[in-house]
Amino acid sequence: RRRRWWWKLQLQHCLSLTGDRRTGLHMADTGLLESLLRLLEKVDGGTDSQDVAADLGVDHQVIVGAVKSLQALGEVISTEQKSSKHWELTGEGREIAEQGSHEARVFNAIPDEGLPQNELMKMPSGKVGFSKAMSNKWIRLDKAHEGGPRVFKTVETIEDTVRDKLQLVQKGQSAKLEDKEKNELKKRKLLSEVTVKSYWITKGSSFSTTITKQETELTPEMIASGSWKEKNFKPYNFEAMGVAPDCGHLHPLMKVRTQFRQIFLEMGFTEMPTNNFIESSFWNFDSLFQPQQHPARDQHDTFFISDPALAHEFPQDYMERVKKVHSEGGYGSQGYKYDWKIEEAQKNLLRTHTTAVSARMLYKLAQQKFTPVKYFSIDRVFRNETLDATHLAEFHQIEGVVADYGLTLGNLMGVLHQFFTKLGITKLRFKPAYNPYTEPSMEVFSYHEGLKKWVEVGNSGVFRPEMLLPMGLPEGVSVIAWGLSLERPTMIKYGINNIRELVGHKVNLQMVYDSPICRLDS
Amino acid sequence: MPTVSVKRDLLFEALGQKYTDEEFDELCFEFGLELDEITSEKDIISREQGDEKAEGASDVVLYKIDVPANRYDLLCLEGLVRGLQVFKEKLEAPRYKRVSPADGGEPQRLVITDETASVRPHAVAAVLHDVTFTQERYESFIELQEKLHQNICRKRTLVAIGTHDLDTISGPFTYTAKPPGDIRFKPLNQSKEYTATELMSLYKTDGHLRHYLHIIENEPLYPIIYDSNGIVLSMPPIINGDNCSMLLNLKSVFCVCLQAKTTLDMVVTMFSEYCEEPFTVEEAEVVYPDGRLCVYPELAYRTETLSGDFINKRVGINESAESIAQLLTRMCLRSEVSGEGDLIQVEIPPTRADVIHACDIMEDAAIAYGFNNIVRSTPRTYTVANQLPLNKLTELLRQDLAAAGFTEALTFALCSEEDIADKLRKNIAETRAVHISNPKTAEFQVARTCLLPGLLKTLAANRKMPLPLKLFEISDVVLKDETKDVGARNNRRLCAVYYNKSPGFEVIHGLLDRVMQLLDVKPDRNQGYHIQAAEDSTFFPGRCAEIFSCGKSIGHLGVLHPDVISRFELTMPCSAIDIDIEPFL
Repeated sequence: RRRRWWWKLQLQHCLSLTGDRRTGLHMADTGLLESLLRLLEKVDGGTDSQDVAADLGVDHQVIVGAVKSLQALGEVISTEQKSSKHWELTGEGREIAEQGSHEARVFNAIPDEGLPQNELMKMPSGKVGFSKAMSNKWIRLDKAHEGGPRVFKTVETIEDTVRDKLQLVQKGQSAKLEDKEKNELKKRKLLSEVTVKSYWITKGSSFSTTITKQETELTPEMIASGSWKEKNFKPYNFEAMGVAPDCGHLHPLMKVRTQFRQIFLEMGFTEMPTNNFIESSFWNFDSLFQPQQHPARDQHDTFFISDPALAHEFPQDYMERVKKVHSEGGYGSQGYKYDWKIEEAQKNLLRTHTTAVSARMLYKLAQQKFTPVKYFSIDRVFRNETLDATHLAEFHQIEGVVADYGLTLGNLMGVLHQFFTKLGITKLRFKPAYNPYTEPSMEVFSYHEGLKKWVEVGNSGVFRPEMLLPMGLPEGVSVIAWGLSLERPTMIKYGINNIRELVGHKVNLQMVYDSPICRLDS
Repeated sequence: MPTVSVKRDLLFEALGQKYTDEEFDELCFEFGLELDEITSEKDIISREQGDEKAEGASDVVLYKIDVPANRYDLLCLEGLVRGLQVFKEKLEAPRYKRVSPADGGEPQRLVITDETASVRPHAVAAVLHDVTFTQERYESFIELQEKLHQNICRKRTLVAIGTHDLDTISGPFTYTAKPPGDIRFKPLNQSKEYTATELMSLYKTDGHLRHYLHIIENEPLYPIIYDSNGIVLSMPPIINGDNCSMLLNLKSVFCVCLQAKTTLDMVVTMFSEYCEEPFTVEEAEVVYPDGRLCVYPELAYRTETLSGDFINKRVGINESAESIAQLLTRMCLRSEVSGEGDLIQVEIPPTRADVIHACDIMEDAAIAYGFNNIVRSTPRTYTVANQLPLNKLTELLRQDLAAAGFTEALTFALCSEEDIADKLRKNIAETRAVHISNPKTAEFQVARTCLLPGLLKTLAANRKMPLPLKLFEISDVVLKDETKDVGARNNRRLCAVYYNKSPGFEVIHGLLDRVMQLLDVKPDRNQGYHIQAAEDSTFFPGRCAEIFSCGKSIGHLGVLHPDVISRFELTMPCSAIDIDIEPFL
């Protein structure tokens, strides 16, 4: 998830507030902050927040709060968290530091004439104090005394070492005690060892002993009054991300389509009307000299239409010529020598390639005085194929067609070279291939620097005379063409492995939001 | 594209040269083949069935080579080697000859009876005499028939091939058709006799044969071939008889092909190499029901004459007629300069049925020259580019819809009937939808008639994204239209949805106003656009309006009906707009 810079600022602010709340200190209470800074000014190499607390005579937690307030001001101080072990009085320990040890209290309660034992035992410190004072040999017990057992002092004065030791700890001078002594007091539950988190405070890069309130943002009022000149501004956190602009996004495949369209337009190609997904077998196959038993015309490869099942209108003369070239040949061809059926040609289908549109366009071109043309299209085609991570039942085909007198195979390679150069692909080579409606047919390979091998990037060829001549195109006219899919270059460009994340409703919208602009040549 | 798998070492032995994988790949590329995979039987088994099953399988290196779909002469090791050797000028293309029986005897004869009229009244036959098979050659022979069955024979629907050990049968042979109940024989690899009816149910579960049953299953008569003693050769296109099945040490092969002489030519030319006199095939006579007698195999050679200039101009090279003739000869098209100008006589052998036009010869010249040796040049064709107005408008609108804060979706043009009807509370009969006859799943029943279902499904797949979700698509839907030659047309539409905790009708309405502003259409009841309350079952009652531009209805906008929302597995209110953009061209 994106973190936003203001979010981080707010969080910081929030931290300093919690610090303040904990200590009951407000930002306005600059007195303490300035005392801290003055103290820091005098020491070289920094000081510990615990020492500051001791020096200023305030609770350590108050200093912790002050440090947090100073942190929020930017680089006034820099701090480092430390933790140290520390001896502290327990509740009972504090009581003893104030009122003396139980044994001392017992001793002091006994007048010279002694005290009955049962009375002494009623004192709060009676039980513990009695046994301790006894073992210190400060007092003695006369069991046989008339009127019951009675306690007497045995010494004039005593020294209350327990209290003295505890008072030392209270003053933060626990180091003066030996470990053995401290452990004994710990055993008596008068002392405990605690871990104290403190700060090691040093001067920051913008250290100053006076506190000026920092402004978060520049305001119109500051600009108007010029007060910004005197203000100190809270530093920005440049590590955080900015706020995402509230905008819409274009789909990556469509962005790539736009670029391919642009390339064709730059090369002088005119866009063909491909807005007809439903096509007859005639234009999709027969007009392209694809025989009626060709496997591509199988139910397994092509979506046929049940409603409207048949196309009902064809250019009659042309259809007769197509029938003849398939079944008997002509135009210098042997033909396929089979019984061509109009019923097969009439079958409607979802076009399997945009070349069906190229055929319509070339037929149309042949009906007028010939002028050279360059055509292109990028649109959907449909295949009734097995679906996997890189194949869907529909995809976009990119197609380019050039018709002119005397075009050569070398010309086709030249055009392909120019086209692929615009895609940033300059290393091309061509492999002989087979395609029912082009001869020669070439697969286009480009050298993939990452994979260190030649990969197929498109298909191309010269349309067969058996396709062109029945249309009525002049004998000397050659038509060169090539095609590729839009999805494959897009998946490579945007690093997408599963086509479903790109095309269709299962698209990952986050991917759409995050996808960069498309420059195919970089 | 068919793939031929050959043993590498056997291939190199036949080529008389060893190649590295890279070198061989390069040779394939140049010749128009593709070295698709380098593997072994062991690798294949372990990949398909696990390492355990692969234990003990052969690890002889196999090359899987993709062959162009029209080159049936390259579908076996013999053909590949012959093609490559001629290409490398290490071998001259052989001349295939049809000969009479060596011992001066009568040729084998196949008589076709009238009954075959209802099945396939055509068959051709030939004999490979005195042939020497090894294990490898035998396997290759069987494999070629299988490859041909899958390709040129279109999974045996067009052509069926049968090859039999001639020493176990005796002619003349009869090709007839009988009711399945009357046919009874012991089929290949079975130990007892079955009737044809029994066989059809026996093979229902056979992984391989069940795919061919449909070809004759519903015919009243099944095709069947007998020898003079009533031994069944085969019941094409399903199975051969067991008695005459081929074994390694056979002497002569009787080949029968139903329907196509090209296929027969292919089988016999490839393996006549192993005959006592290589590349000869013994003839066989076929007597047709009308009494016609034909002799096969045809092994016809055809000569085409074309000029060197034609090749040079089409390919874009400048070679002498002599050198072009040499190039073509390397492609098994024996050629020579005729002496008349730059005319070249090209002989097309029976193995090259793919050569049907001068352009096929031109391609072979280009392949032999080397595609990658041809100089690349820019055509001088001068043209001015034009955009299709509909696509130009679409491109411009897309940009501005994204600028308006909506994100572009790209949804499928095919969907289920339910998507465009039930889920939108519409009746399928009223949608004008184009229906697909052979969908593999419900996802491809119809072409979409509106863009809305795709956008709603996109929302459903992205419910985890922060709200609001604002999507649009400008694309084609398909509607039946009698006025078009195919009875249907595309319609370019703009659809957008707003999905949030509140319906946001005003957001979608605002988008309409913005789109109209972009299209320079003012809000005006007569000359501009306006919306008007409407009832549409997809929308929440009272929350739908019809959009008019210059008095013509162009679409709807509104808050979707709660049932529509839940049927698309959504939980929040949603408003939508759907308009036709073609009136704005």
